[in-house]
Amino acid sequence: MIEIRHVDKWYGPTFQALKACTTSVAKGEVVVVCGPSGSGKSTLIKCVNALEPFQGGEIILDGIKVNDPKTDLPKLRARVGMVFQHFELFPHLKIIENLCLAQEKVLGRSHDAAVAKAEMLLERVGLKEHARKYPAELSGGQQQRVAIARALAMDPIAMLFDEPTSALDPEMISEVLDVMVDLAREGMTMMVVTHEMGFARKVAHRVIFMDRGEIVEDAKKEEFFGSPRSDRAQKFLSKILSH
Amino acid sequence: MSYNWNWSIFFEPAPGGTGTYFDMLLRGLWLTIQTGVFAWIIALVLGSIIGVLRTLPSKTAYWVGFAYVEFFRNMPLLVQLFLWFFVLPELLPRSWGLWLKQMPHAPFYTAAVGIGLFMSARVAVQLAAGIASLPRGQKQAATALGLTTFQAYRYVLLPIAFRIIMPPLTSEFLNTIKNTAVAITIGLIELTGQARSMQEFSFQVFEAFTAATVMYLLINIIVVTGMRYLERSLAIPGYITGK
Amino acid sequence: MFANFDFDVIRRSLGYLFLDGMTFTLTLTALSAVGGIIFGTLIALMRLSGFRLLGRIAGLYVDFMRSLPLVLVIFWFYFLVPYVGQWVTGASRPIAVGAFTSALVTFIMFEAAYFSEIMRAGIQSISKGQPAAANALGLTYAQTMRYVVLPQAFRNMLPVLLTQTIVLFQDTSLVYVLSMPDFLGAASKVAQRDGRLVEMYLFAAVVYFTISCAASFAVRRLQARISIVR
Repeated sequence: MIEIRHVDKWYGPTFQALKACTTSVAKGEVVVVCGPSGSGKSTLIKCVNALEPFQGGEIILDGIKVNDPKTDLPKLRARVGMVFQHFELFPHLKIIENLCLAQEKVLGRSHDAAVAKAEMLLERVGLKEHARKYPAELSGGQQQRVAIARALAMDPIAMLFDEPTSALDPEMISEVLDVMVDLAREGMTMMVVTHEMGFARKVAHRVIFMDRGEIVEDAKKEEFFGSPRSDRAQKFLSKILSH
Repeated sequence: MSYNWNWSIFFEPAPGGTGTYFDMLLRGLWLTIQTGVFAWIIALVLGSIIGVLRTLPSKTAYWVGFAYVEFFRNMPLLVQLFLWFFVLPELLPRSWGLWLKQMPHAPFYTAAVGIGLFMSARVAVQLAAGIASLPRGQKQAATALGLTTFQAYRYVLLPIAFRIIMPPLTSEFLNTIKNTAVAITIGLIELTGQARSMQEFSFQVFEAFTAATVMYLLINIIVVTGMRYLERSLAIPGYITGK
Repeated sequence: MFANFDFDVIRRSLGYLFLDGMTFTLTLTALSAVGGIIFGTLIALMRLSGFRLLGRIAGLYVDFMRSLPLVLVIFWFYFLVPYVGQWVTGASRPIAVGAFTSALVTFIMFEAAYFSEIMRAGIQSISKGQPAAANALGLTYAQTMRYVVLPQAFRNMLPVLLTQTIVLFQDTSLVYVLSMPDFLGAASKVAQRDGRLVEMYLFAAVVYFTISCAASFAVRRLQARISIVR
């Protein structure tokens, strides 16, 4: 589903954010990407739907080359859901409008169809009664669940999560993770940047460990948690799991 | 002070047989409002376009916006009005120049367009700052949903940015109205101009200027109240804009 | 298309334009800026003084000035200053005031309203701990302001104050409405006399543009340097 081949990304002439990153995500697979901050994991996931441009290599999404100038990027992006660290709901639109906007403007759905879809998804993430509120009236955990619903409303073929719980207060993390676990169990293709190793253990098929712009480790979940091959991954795991 | 006050002067007939001095001032007030509103529409439309250009990733767009703003910001408004009024018709092909010179209400149109262009640079700066103040993730979230750049601006970035810059826009609107007074130099007899001619005809200089002053204060109060009402009715529940 | 134009008129009048006109403009700008910043700082201090009446008066002054077009204010002061002079000196008739003095008073009074808002923001941007620390050292209110708060506020706001001065520089062209011999007035006089409006106004535009551009470029560099130091 997602093929990432030898991707290089530079910020300016001197700083290389991604170094020859190669990996893939198969249909129905859940891949967790972890690593210390500044390791390039968020950058990598944002390259997948071309939110960040990259200079070398290629990414192929459902058979379409992302970094081909001829690719209709809006159309491609509409087919991949993305959830951000800071939710990024649109503050001037009600919850229901946040879910309907792209359905109507990008997919061309009728307003009624979009509303029906939105209500169904809000029900699913347990927020139906908040449909007429504005984002700022919801808690962080609720906002992130809305953001997931907003992405799902586009009927995506895959979902990208960029540290979806790291801006949340601790007591709100589980409500968001629960929604993501359900999604994974239903067979959604997911690429998740997160430090939540509990989530990785529960539903991930593979774990990718990144450091300094490189993919250091790319292993089946059992192998990764059993005995990471690299020192760097071991150190990282011990730091993250020690508390 | 050895000044002979005569407040009843307002009700004496003005020379020219078109009513009292008070009517004369009212005509000036009306022309001030008309010119100001016309100029403000131009300033808003052009300022929005240029402001958006300054925030686009394209280098060319940025430079076009930059050059536009610097051009209109670095010359006194009075000089700009002279350029449009006296210089432009001479530089155009003969027939166009003639048409411009013979156009009825030339001072009015020149003032509205000239002040509109001058103010559009300031609107552009405010809007660009407003857009730049939005979290980067907002644009990313909009594009990740498949919205085109145009749609992202139209449905997400601009509605939020305009709400944020409402207070500075209010003062730019007031500046536009005040700047119409500069147009007396190209023969627009707006409020200040009428006060000036009343002073010349009647020699009651302080009564004339007091009346004009009161009228400008009233315009300010009405605009500020109106904009505050607009601001409140557009406010997003729970969302704190700027300040 | 410039065949009918005579750009030599500019060369012939350079002396008058710059030695008389531009000198008038620049002197007026500089003195108005200094006076406006001093008076504006006093207004800002009044607004922040904590004495309600004083603050109210200062606030009204600022709002009042900012509601009026500069052109109207120029007219006001042109006619008012002679009477005020009479009142102050106790003369029997309104005293004659020169064009320059009248313009200077106008711009100081008008721009003070704008400068005061800048200084007020500057003073408010300084952390409350600064005056507290100064008070703890035994400094009086006046000393605290003079030696601790105002120098910092002025420094932080220097780029904004200078940008406002560039606006002031452009605004001085409005003395044209009283036919004063500033740069634009001089250019206009030559233009009318020789019937060379296009040449003279284009030249005036280029001169204003060049000076303003260079000045705002310098301010931008200064701003970059200040923000690095901080």
